[in-house]
Amino acid sequence: MHCYSLTLSRATGIQSAVYGNFSAAKAQEVVVSRGKVLELLRPNENGKMQTVVATEVFGCIRSMAAVRLTGSSVDHLMLGSDSGRIVLIKFNKDKNAWVKVHQETFGRSGCRRIVPGQYVAVDPKGRACMVGAVEKQKFVYVLNRDNLANLTISSPLEAHKSHHITFSICAMDCGFDNPIFAAIELDYSEADQDPTGEAASVAQKHLTFYEMDLGLNNVVRKWTDAVDNGANLLVAVPGGADGPGGVLVCAENFIIYKNQDHEEVRAVIPRRSDLPGDRGVLIVSYATHKKKAYSFFLVQSEYGDIYKVTLSYEGDNVSELKIKYFDTIPPCASIVVLKTGFLFAASEYGNHALYQFVGTGEDDDDVESSSAQLVQTEEGFQPVFFEPRPLKNLLLIDEMASLMPITDMKVANLLNEEIPQIYALCGRGPRASLSVLRPGLAVTELAVSPLPGAPTAVWTVKRNTQDEFDAFIVVSFANATLVFSIGEEVKETNESGFLGTVPTLHTQLLADNSMLQIYPGGLRHIRPDRRINEWKVPGRRNIKAAASNEKQVAIALQGGEVTVFELEQGTGQLVEAEKRDLGEDVSCVEVRGEGRGGRGGEGGGRGGGVPGDPPVPDGLMRASFLALGTYDQTVRVLSLDPGQGLKNLAVQALNSVPESILMLYNAGPGADRTTEGGLFIHVGLQNGILIRSEVDRVSGQLTDSRTRFLGTKAPKLFPASVRGVRCMLALSSRPWLGYNDQGRFNLSPLSYDALDYASGFASDQCPEGFVSVVKSTLRILAVENVGDAFNTQACRLRYTPRRLLIHPDYKVLLIAEADHAAVPLAEREDLQARLAAIAEQEGAPVQGVEFNDELAALEEQFGAPKGQPGQWAGCLRIVDPATLSTVFVQELDNNEAVVSMALVELQLPGAGQGIEKLLAVGCARGLRYMPTDCEAAYIRIYRVLDAGRRLELLHKTPVDGGAPGALAGLKGRLLSGVGPTLRLYDMGKKKLLRKCEYNRLPHQIVSITVQGPRIYVGDAQESVHMMRYKKADNAFYIFADDIAPRYLTSLLPLDYDTVAAGDKFGNLVVLRLPKEASQQVEDDPTGGKMAAASGRLNGAPHKLEEVVKFHVGDTITSLQRAEMQAGGQEVLIYSTVMGAIGVLYPFTNREDVDFFSHLEMHLRQEHPPLSGRDHLGFRSAYFPVRACVDGDLCGQFASIPVKKQQMIAESMDRTTGEVLKKLEDIRNKIL
Amino acid sequence: MATLSDRLNINSQIEHLQAKYVGTGHADLTKFEWALNIHRDSYASYVGHHNMVSYFGVVENESIGRVKYEFLQRMLLPCGLPPKAQDQSEDEEEK
Repeated sequence: MHCYSLTLSRATGIQSAVYGNFSAAKAQEVVVSRGKVLELLRPNENGKMQTVVATEVFGCIRSMAAVRLTGSSVDHLMLGSDSGRIVLIKFNKDKNAWVKVHQETFGRSGCRRIVPGQYVAVDPKGRACMVGAVEKQKFVYVLNRDNLANLTISSPLEAHKSHHITFSICAMDCGFDNPIFAAIELDYSEADQDPTGEAASVAQKHLTFYEMDLGLNNVVRKWTDAVDNGANLLVAVPGGADGPGGVLVCAENFIIYKNQDHEEVRAVIPRRSDLPGDRGVLIVSYATHKKKAYSFFLVQSEYGDIYKVTLSYEGDNVSELKIKYFDTIPPCASIVVLKTGFLFAASEYGNHALYQFVGTGEDDDDVESSSAQLVQTEEGFQPVFFEPRPLKNLLLIDEMASLMPITDMKVANLLNEEIPQIYALCGRGPRASLSVLRPGLAVTELAVSPLPGAPTAVWTVKRNTQDEFDAFIVVSFANATLVFSIGEEVKETNESGFLGTVPTLHTQLLADNSMLQIYPGGLRHIRPDRRINEWKVPGRRNIKAAASNEKQVAIALQGGEVTVFELEQGTGQLVEAEKRDLGEDVSCVEVRGEGRGGRGGEGGGRGGGVPGDPPVPDGLMRASFLALGTYDQTVRVLSLDPGQGLKNLAVQALNSVPESILMLYNAGPGADRTTEGGLFIHVGLQNGILIRSEVDRVSGQLTDSRTRFLGTKAPKLFPASVRGVRCMLALSSRPWLGYNDQGRFNLSPLSYDALDYASGFASDQCPEGFVSVVKSTLRILAVENVGDAFNTQACRLRYTPRRLLIHPDYKVLLIAEADHAAVPLAEREDLQARLAAIAEQEGAPVQGVEFNDELAALEEQFGAPKGQPGQWAGCLRIVDPATLSTVFVQELDNNEAVVSMALVELQLPGAGQGIEKLLAVGCARGLRYMPTDCEAAYIRIYRVLDAGRRLELLHKTPVDGGAPGALAGLKGRLLSGVGPTLRLYDMGKKKLLRKCEYNRLPHQIVSITVQGPRIYVGDAQESVHMMRYKKADNAFYIFADDIAPRYLTSLLPLDYDTVAAGDKFGNLVVLRLPKEASQQVEDDPTGGKMAAASGRLNGAPHKLEEVVKFHVGDTITSLQRAEMQAGGQEVLIYSTVMGAIGVLYPFTNREDVDFFSHLEMHLRQEHPPLSGRDHLGFRSAYFPVRACVDGDLCGQFASIPVKKQQMIAESMDRTTGEVLKKLEDIRNKIL
Repeated sequence: MATLSDRLNINSQIEHLQAKYVGTGHADLTKFEWALNIHRDSYASYVGHHNMVSYFGVVENESIGRVKYEFLQRMLLPCGLPPKAQDQSEDEEEK
């Protein structure tokens, strides 16, 4: 088994976010790290956050900082990662990519204790930076510019301090004095030596200032002072000319202003009145807003409350520190203030959001605490209380979807669609949801209106070539044409000049703003001054196909006569230019390609009124290629150059009749999209296949054909616009969108009904959409989130979802939810009252918060109130996937948390009773973590009633020995993993009856799967154990186990001898029992039992072999197998905590393995990861990578410079096109 | 055969390593010291890997920022108080 790993949908959670002007001066941009993906975001004019570029860095990003050199108007970015290197990168606008400026190695790699990279801080003037580790190590680098104004970097200066744990580092603002870095440190050396615990109890955190002396080129510990022991975060205060300097130390419950030779100024952080007394308030994220006259800080607590912190000062003397409640949003990993008055909130879990400031937070009615009003009592400082309220100072503008964390996932086709759906449990607490993911792009329906009769085609036409928006929608019927004008509303009009009594074949706005209507009987040319020129088809023939651009029109008559007209400059007449009889009926036409002496055929094409379709550049007379599809199953490219008489340039034989042709430029990477892309011809065939071939721009030769099956109907191809670039809409039995994304051509299905005909559409409300006809309706649609692999539909849940099951008979989803330290719904007095009020209003009881949008939104904003550790809230739920709504929900009583759930076939007690599929739920009462412990544990057995609409508790059995971490059925009995014990139960009338147990498994069973007589048991720390149950002896025994410790989270059997497993640290592994061992176990009359006794070092007699090993770099939460394509190959799908979904695709032939392994090897050499981490090292972070090619790295081939592409391709004896085609092919095989 | 100077050299090299790389073990390492290193290494690794802190955060229903802070805080005494230096006193008694 050799695999190709590919991330289908990259992580959506954000680790940290940094504001800066990266691509240009004053560009409002945010760089976010999604763990191992670096993404540049920019809000567009509508206030939607858009991804400019996302780069996989093949390393673990731990921290980031923007670097602004003195006198520079753009920022660099400094990355702190696990690479053991300091990396400074810069955004290159032309290449639309990050470029490494500096990479200096300082030590070992990895996310270790003493490897710097956990913290980075950059002097506000860009003169120096500090890279710190969790313990001991801190390096300071001096940043400078050489005489060409390039950034240079010095050799590192050490500011190490052994036995010191660092909590936070920040660069102080001290104007043009020597740069100073502040750090919160804790010395543990004495606590380690003192058995009495006295040293530990007096251990004191210190705030230390490290001064970088630029003159002497050294770093000194300038000042150190004890700070509050709850200190966790430092915020620099503007200094120099802009403020008093110094730092704000955020500590549990306090914010303290500190500076050298300045007494501390302390204020309490206001706390929510419903917060338990023993819980502190910790600041987790902050943003500084710095302006010359006025600066303030926004800090956010762990509960999501944002406070505005202001300082009153005179000179360098701070007199008062004020903390005022500002607003509440869900807790964030980072909050970022944009200079344009927006706040970007990168949520810890769940959707990220962009808010606009609508208030300054200076209202008097909000709670404020001040250092001046600090009251000290015997029990400490007196707290200040407030009640969170709905948003007042912030206004939600846009949300960025995030699936983080995916806690469980199942892939199944419950709705009888073409391909299976992915059901993922996402989110935490009140922001939890069940998300259904379907490959493809989400489509929003903007308008649907009925039409009289059945339309055959639709176009949009602008009034003027310079117009941004379309003016008319032309709808053609079998024997008539209707024209609608687009304005406030869409209504029928006669002012267009179009002939209404004939069907229309084609429309076009020509370069001189005249309109063209092509109908079977001829051409109707409507001049801007409303004069009409008609050209009638000679004889009794009809026009069969037509195409045009702004200056040329091509028509094909019955019988195969092709005529090309050109718009004559000056007279504004359409003049016949070329004519040729092909002798074969033509099915479709396309005019395109650059003219001689320069490119720019971009303006051509059918329905040229597509928004974002740039006009033909001045001076260019004509497109150079005419493409024709004919009924003899060929596609031809003819030359349009004058005097060539429509000479054949290329002919390609097809295996079916072409139905539609479209030519597109493939954009190269970067803003200058035109330089590197090729011209591609797309042909839709009647057998449902789409062929894509490259057209040589000079000779017109067709090369490098790629085919893809789109559906059962012949694909019709239409131009549309995505992000201002011409792209393709292909309509088959389902619609597809072909577009360029970061240098790669993507063909994604749209999640919408089949469309009959479509055309690009641009209007005020919908700048980039398309209008289409479906049966007898006209629909205006828009595609959202282009670039996403999946579109999502969600159903709200109440608590953090833990387990997901699919009932195979009733096709419903069973979900177990549980929240630690949360208050169950029944005890939420505030909610009960509100729910009762709503119930009274609606006349029906409301079962929970999630059923009322208003209430749920509030709950999402404020978060659920905190309970005590060991207090649990949980429920069981049934969701109908068809309507995506809850059909049943039941709260769990008795402070129980669901830890496992399984559908098992159990032999019912009593004579003559059969086997029934029951729901077994493992619960733990008062579960606590670190160490894991519970007061009591139970297994509940439920019966699923009413075709999956209701659950009925049959009985509840107490189990001893720990939490029941896994359940499974074994031949009519229930197999449970209770703590480290594997136990077999029989179904009894009142409770489960214990039959057999095996208690020598290492730690905690997290997964049990049964195949025939074999039981695959996953342990929380010790990987997989293969076991058998011997009926005669009524005993379990282990016959094979793994050789490495793996902290399993998920386990999936692939075949009888093979299992795939994912672990907490982000490793995927496929383990296989060697053939001989497998045979031996099967053949052995004792079933390997005797051999089990002779295992060495407490291990099993047989060991599993590692077939595939791969480090994903993100905690894997579930593994599934599925075919993600109709008739495709089965792949292994995994989900991760950060919200990514990826696959392992097993190669089917040796040739591919060789090819991709080589490509990977070359790319490792030629295109090392951006974070500076060695690619092989990253993929082997825990276990050496084995038999797995990194498809994400291979995919970057498309975005590297052409020269390097050619070099790599050459050394593999291929052309660049072939390599790209291979990459595209394998991607298409997967999704 | 290694000469005396070689051995000294090796010793100094090991000392150098131990000074440079916190957590490097030695022949006389006690179980407690070993566990200390392991725990501190683990906490540092969790704090460094965002996916791990997030994972703990989901399980415990806490904010990621809080989990990070708690982990760093626990690095002070990750395994409880150090044991009383019994071995040493016993050794002395034997002598």
